[in-house]
Amino acid sequence: MKIVKHSFDGIIVGAGGAGLRAAIEAAPTMKLAVITKLYPTRSHTGAAQGGMSAALANVEEDNWNWHAFDTVKGSDYLADQPAVDILCKEAIDAVVELEHWGLPFSRLESGKIAQRRFGGHTIKEGAAPAFRACYAADRTGHMILQTLYQKCVSMGVEFFDEFQVLDIKIEDGVCKGVVAYEIATGDLHVFEARAVTFATGGFGKIFKVSSNAHSLTGDGPGMLYQKGIPLEDMEFYQFHPTGIYRLGILLSEAARGEGGILRNKDGERFMERYAPSIKDLAPRDMVSRAIATEISAGNGAGPNNDYVYLDLTHLGEEAIMKKLPDITDFVRTYVKIEPINDPIPVQPTAHYAMGGIPTDVNGRVLSDHKGGVIEGVYAAGEAACVSVHGANRLGTNSLLDIVVFGKRAGQSMVDYVSSTKASTLNESAADDLSNKINNLMEKEHTTEFSVANIRSELQDSMEENAKIFRSKETLDNQTEILANLRERYQNVTIQDKGKVFNSELLEAIELDYLLDMADTTVASALARKESRGAHSREDFPDRDDKKFMKHSFAFKNGNSVKLEYKDVELGKYEPMERKY
Amino acid sequence: MEIDLKILRYDPENDKKGHWEYYKVDAEPEERILDLLHKIKWFEDGSLSFRKSCAHGVCGSDAMVVNGENMLACQVLVKEVSNPIKIEPIRGLPVVKDLIVDMEPFFDSYKKVLPYLINNDDPGDRERLQSPEDRDKFEDTTKCILCAACTTSCPVFWTAESYIGPAAIVNAHRFVMDSRDQGSKQRLEIMKDVNGAFRCRTAFNCTSACPRGIQVTKAIEDVKRETLLNN
Ligand SMILES: Cc1cc2nc3c(=O)[nH]c(=O)nc-3n(C[C@H](O)[C@H](O)[C@H](O)COP(=O)(O)OP(=O)(O)OC[C@H]3O[C@@H](n4cnc5c(N)ncnc54)[C@H](O)[C@@H]3O)c2cc1C
Ligand code: SF4
Ligand code: FES
Repeated sequence: MKIVKHSFDGIIVGAGGAGLRAAIEAAPTMKLAVITKLYPTRSHTGAAQGGMSAALANVEEDNWNWHAFDTVKGSDYLADQPAVDILCKEAIDAVVELEHWGLPFSRLESGKIAQRRFGGHTIKEGAAPAFRACYAADRTGHMILQTLYQKCVSMGVEFFDEFQVLDIKIEDGVCKGVVAYEIATGDLHVFEARAVTFATGGFGKIFKVSSNAHSLTGDGPGMLYQKGIPLEDMEFYQFHPTGIYRLGILLSEAARGEGGILRNKDGERFMERYAPSIKDLAPRDMVSRAIATEISAGNGAGPNNDYVYLDLTHLGEEAIMKKLPDITDFVRTYVKIEPINDPIPVQPTAHYAMGGIPTDVNGRVLSDHKGGVIEGVYAAGEAACVSVHGANRLGTNSLLDIVVFGKRAGQSMVDYVSSTKASTLNESAADDLSNKINNLMEKEHTTEFSVANIRSELQDSMEENAKIFRSKETLDNQTEILANLRERYQNVTIQDKGKVFNSELLEAIELDYLLDMADTTVASALARKESRGAHSREDFPDRDDKKFMKHSFAFKNGNSVKLEYKDVELGKYEPMERKY
Repeated sequence: MEIDLKILRYDPENDKKGHWEYYKVDAEPEERILDLLHKIKWFEDGSLSFRKSCAHGVCGSDAMVVNGENMLACQVLVKEVSNPIKIEPIRGLPVVKDLIVDMEPFFDSYKKVLPYLINNDDPGDRERLQSPEDRDKFEDTTKCILCAACTTSCPVFWTAESYIGPAAIVNAHRFVMDSRDQGSKQRLEIMKDVNGAFRCRTAFNCTSACPRGIQVTKAIEDVKRETLLNN
């Protein structure tokens, strides 16, 4: 196998919003490269629709403290409050900076950035829904991704497009660099670099019905987990209430922010019963549970009573076409329904990982639950867990998270690189990966051990046992299924033996990460004997602050998962019952 | 229902040139063309190669020629195309393997138009103001996902690869029409080049190919007009 050697000060793995924002910060002062398995503009940040929150107060009075209150309450008090303060305070400058770089936000008559309502965001600590989400129609993420990439192009940032990082080298707790696979040639590339930021995005592909791209397979968290670095709060996975029925394609919460209503088979606005004050704009965990509850009570629509309706028909054609053009298109394209006239069948869809690689507020990756760090390794974006989202993320807070903490990770790279000497890494750094690949290339193919078969069983079973409602029984069951899949994975085989664009080979390696994500999710969920945010245990329906105001840290322990815990950092907001 | 697929395949490690392969797949009428390709790749022939990511028409990975027309495989349903379905890589860019083409020349053209906001004034510590009307002037071209469906449907581009192509002009338009931008002079200079906007022969292929519904030909006409006004 051909091995190519490169030398950089800093490497960023991933070119979504988080990776690009980090690159803009780090590029001016060091030899930096961004490595990405997709062309940057194809990152899933581009799929984000509804908006990015900041208390700009362009429509009505607002204040970043209220944003922080909502974020903490939305998180079911599991977010670290000092980190939330940073997120909400720095939000304002982050949005303004994007505008200065050219982001085409939608505008108010005054010429200021337009803002809309979104779930869980309120003024005056719960008084009424807040106009806080800055948006560009319903393609805010697309505009953020484009703007950040454009900025990188203007700065001449160096990219390795369609290179997939598959190994990180850490010696004695210090980062040395990464090893990447060049997708177009099958060559391996050793990148020596003393600062590496992981911004690889989420891992929604552990579930069957998901709003996530095929590429979201948890590579960053998986790679670090396999090196002994823990993953934080993996039991908290968000299901977005409104995915298109069966397909999981997202219909943004902006649809409800603009006045859309959820209805059951009888046309009843059922959210009135679950969240009397803010109804359809309750946080996602609550709305998804409400939908699941309606469906199990037989109130779902359709021949199998397994979906509810998102009704936009009263909004009028002009508002729909102006403010929600893309999601209207999705509905027309994929369900052949006209949202202006007819309600849309929806069901909860796997959407966002609150958990991930543990970091401090400067993006530094934590090596344990006691505050240890890995020198030179950083993480940001959905791959990371700061934690600002706790047990349940509010809509619009992820686009915010990726720019605020992407920037901070970039700054940390700058500080670290300026105070340390270059690392060295030679070609032999590629040995582990090259063995792994050779092994897959040599094994004879059998259908029983094909990537697709193992992966679809993983997705089906996670959907069945570890989705919105969980219990000891379903999780025990899933633990057994995962052990079996893991065993089969040891023998996984591929048919394509070529060097050029061998995506089957890459899918086989990604499946390993997906299994890690599922293992840690299920083990953490089994141990958390309470219900909090997105984690709902039928056998432990209440929140238990005495035992569980804690972040879980899942370590790899052979083929099983070992759990440790770290106290939540509290602040001005005392945990209280979450009612809306 | 059973669908017949005919796919133009090319393996650079074994083939001298492309050849057709035939497949039969069971599919629901509501499935995407991309789903069919996955069925083949996952359950029949793992070596079939194509790009994909978002699976709902927003990332721009999977432009290909389906029954003679450029489209995103994830945006077209089985029931919308006639059976048998014939799939080829997009034209005018070098084929790397199967349905995958070399995108580098495409992105190089994109970068030539200075695709970023140019404005050296101090913006202050709040957002610049822009009226909704000014914002609307470039709304259409902000939607571009750089999928290359337009450029690779253009007969001028097929015969002259040096032509900058509709996608790059769309991205120039996005900034030329933005009231906040001050870089039009430089950009329009590039448009005047022999390989710039005036090579366009208004064939309209690009507009029908665009999966984002961008009025590509109109954007090119806007840019031509601005260039002439700027002379
Ligand atoms: C449909 C949808 C709508 C959403 N809407 C909103 C919204 O309105 N508001 C909001 O706040 N949030 C929203 N979110 C959430 C938000 O968009 C994401 O959490 C966020 O964009 C993630 O950004 P990221 O930079 O962390 O990762 P991504 O944008 O997913 O980027 C990941 C990058 O990592 C690269 N990569 C991955 N693995 C490797 C590897 N092994 N080697 C090299 N490169 C690799 C990929 O190529 C890619 O460039 C939405 C999410 C979805 C799915
Ligand atoms: S203008 Fe349309 S067809 Fe052309 S690259 Fe952009 S999105 Fe694709
Ligand atoms: S896979 Fe993203 S556009 Fe088709």
